[in-house]
Amino acid sequence: MTRPTPETLAHSARRARTVAEAPGDTDHVPAATPVRPAPAQVSGAGSLVRSLEALGVDVVFGIPGGAILPAYDPLYDSTVRHILVRHEQGAGHAATGYAQATGRVGVCIATSGPGATNLVTPIADAHMDSVPMVAITGQVARPAIGTDAFQEADIQGITLPITKHNFLVQEASEIPRVLAEAFHLASTGRPGPVLVDIPKDVLQASTTFTWPPTPDLPGYRPTLHPHGKQIREAARLMSNARRPVLYVGGGVLKAGATEGLRKLAELTGIPVITTLMALGAFPDSHRQHLGMPGMHGTVAAVYGLQKADLIVALGARFDDRVTGKLDTFAPDATVVHADIDPAEIGKNRHADVPIVGDARHVIDELLAAVTTERAAGRGTDLADWWTQLDDLRERYPLGYEESSDGTLAPQYVIKRLGEIVGPDAIYVAGVGQHQMWASQFISYEKPKTWLNSGGLGTMGYAVPAAMGAKVGKPDTVVWAIDGDGCFQMTNQELATCALEGIPVKIAVINNGNLGMVRQWQTLFYGERYSNTDLGTHKHRIPDFVKLAEALGCVGLRCENVEDVDKTIEAAMSINDAPVVIDFVVGKDAMVWPMVAAGTSNDEIMFARGVRPVFDEDEL
Amino acid sequence: MTMHTLSVLVENKPGVLARVSGLFSRRGFNIDSLAVGETENPDVSRITIVVNADSSPLEQVTKQLNKLVNVLKIVELDPATSVARELLLVKVRADRNARSQVMETVNLFRARVVDVAPDTLTIEATGTADKLDALLRDLEPFGIKEMVQSGLVAIGRGSRAITAGPALRAA
Repeated sequence: MTRPTPETLAHSARRARTVAEAPGDTDHVPAATPVRPAPAQVSGAGSLVRSLEALGVDVVFGIPGGAILPAYDPLYDSTVRHILVRHEQGAGHAATGYAQATGRVGVCIATSGPGATNLVTPIADAHMDSVPMVAITGQVARPAIGTDAFQEADIQGITLPITKHNFLVQEASEIPRVLAEAFHLASTGRPGPVLVDIPKDVLQASTTFTWPPTPDLPGYRPTLHPHGKQIREAARLMSNARRPVLYVGGGVLKAGATEGLRKLAELTGIPVITTLMALGAFPDSHRQHLGMPGMHGTVAAVYGLQKADLIVALGARFDDRVTGKLDTFAPDATVVHADIDPAEIGKNRHADVPIVGDARHVIDELLAAVTTERAAGRGTDLADWWTQLDDLRERYPLGYEESSDGTLAPQYVIKRLGEIVGPDAIYVAGVGQHQMWASQFISYEKPKTWLNSGGLGTMGYAVPAAMGAKVGKPDTVVWAIDGDGCFQMTNQELATCALEGIPVKIAVINNGNLGMVRQWQTLFYGERYSNTDLGTHKHRIPDFVKLAEALGCVGLRCENVEDVDKTIEAAMSINDAPVVIDFVVGKDAMVWPMVAAGTSNDEIMFARGVRPVFDEDEL
Repeated sequence: MTMHTLSVLVENKPGVLARVSGLFSRRGFNIDSLAVGETENPDVSRITIVVNADSSPLEQVTKQLNKLVNVLKIVELDPATSVARELLLVKVRADRNARSQVMETVNLFRARVVDVAPDTLTIEATGTADKLDALLRDLEPFGIKEMVQSGLVAIGRGSRAITAGPALRAA
């Protein structure tokens, strides 16, 4: 029998910390005293809103409509802040941005049918990136279910493969229990989105509200503590390896294990590689950080994994964008794979030492086991390994070339943005070239300062996710770095930001094209630019400055290198309105290094036509 | 690839079968046979799935199944230490001339006649897939008009019960 856990019940305690700048690693706080109001006669809708209040939800993002309408009446008087978005996709990504910035569960609400289906993309996005999210949808009344009623969609069936779990509430009396279960499932184990679909007549029915309910999840028992024997084996391998790497994924951020990771890395001297989802888990400026692996990773990180004799994977999942062609990935490596989700272990790459557990517990126990190894005088000298890696870092640093046609280099803009704004801000990227440059040219020093859509690669993620992050962390500067393609998918949420007082800052890296697709056309389709020119350069349609102003934001434009700093500084000086900067940049800039899709990591290209020279004899 | 028989204990709730079967198709597995029913505990249903797969992809699908919140327990049943049965109902042409020969086959296989019509007999048989295949082969020459087969159900030999366990008691 599953009882409400500290994680679920402590949700109410966390509300108070919303404004206070919580340190990155405080997700697992002790339980607060649960609220236990006397049973009250309420409607199903009232029970829903009371449940959200009891769970400590401070904000929800949503749009009302027919089937969910009963819920909006008690919400009108609630302490829960409802942010009225302009499209349900915006509500979903905002909930994700909120969750990723704060570590708390993000909540979005939509009506039945099209309202619910508009949530499908953000739910799939949250599923791929393991984001704790609860989506609440209205459904047509129970007697109408299955009749193709107006605005009916089987959202439970539709979201079956893209949720951690979902519910169709059958009785109003179930609402508190289902909500408590939904929050518990979303936020514990491997986090993920949970959908709660509630028919209109269930919202209207009369019921009693009692709290806390007793969750009933007999089949849900996440393993948090790793097996001691596996930990000792991993520590032994770490002491004997000559070319080890720590391959760190998003699980380390989610588990709040970044302090432990730093200690483990510094104790062992092992090089650290952080995936796209883990940027900020280990300071970019740290000497032991090799950077990001994979398709657009650093040469040192890609090579480090490829030539490693031991890979210690912590909360990472050997994604195809990291491994490249799987059967040539890290051929000599023994793999220690620690993850909270047993299904990730051995899924893509065989794990020699599988460890199931929460990254925080895994890292803490590894730290203790490695300390024991060291005390017994075991450990290898990694000087040769570091010499090779340092040589690669020196020869193949992340960099870019100024354009030959005098246009502004997008990489320069992003680099300056990171330098001027600094490591305390939250950076939120869309998907494409600008996302990769933002991952490469901004230095992430702290956990939860980099948000992006990693697994699903959802264009349009940045603006609403930045909105959600700013709502969750109102005292932190939040910058969205977006492309002109992405920005045109979800910029309507800037109206929400302007009206709700959410002063996000948006840097549109406007190259006039679907840049990453164009890059692939340049490299793999003989420069045949089929349908990638958006006309944002040629025709200035839309004019992003005017668009920003129309949406109630301040619009700025920057077209040359001299204006970059002062435009960023101008944006930084505005705190009472959202700001959009249209950075007009060259369209030919490309993201390097690159491992072409489907090829081996051994074939990494440092720049177009330039393959790194590895001194194979040294290995 | 080899045949594997999985016993999946699930919460007896609406939509659980769709979650389980959907997961198989999504991960590219073809279910050979499937049978669902209540267990001795009315809150728990048992799904018996026969799937043709290599052991490594099967391990992945089993892990994914375990992640379904409504799944309580999964056990792979080894043919050597379990009893497995299917049910067959078959309508065979059997006029006056052929009837006695059909009856002889029915008796040989310890099957039963459950319905009689002037020119057909409906036969019920249970057994392993091999036995039922053999029965069908023998009946084929008379002419099979219609047949229906259940999914395989299976249970471990010996006194141990897979339904005993902390998770299941709680359900």
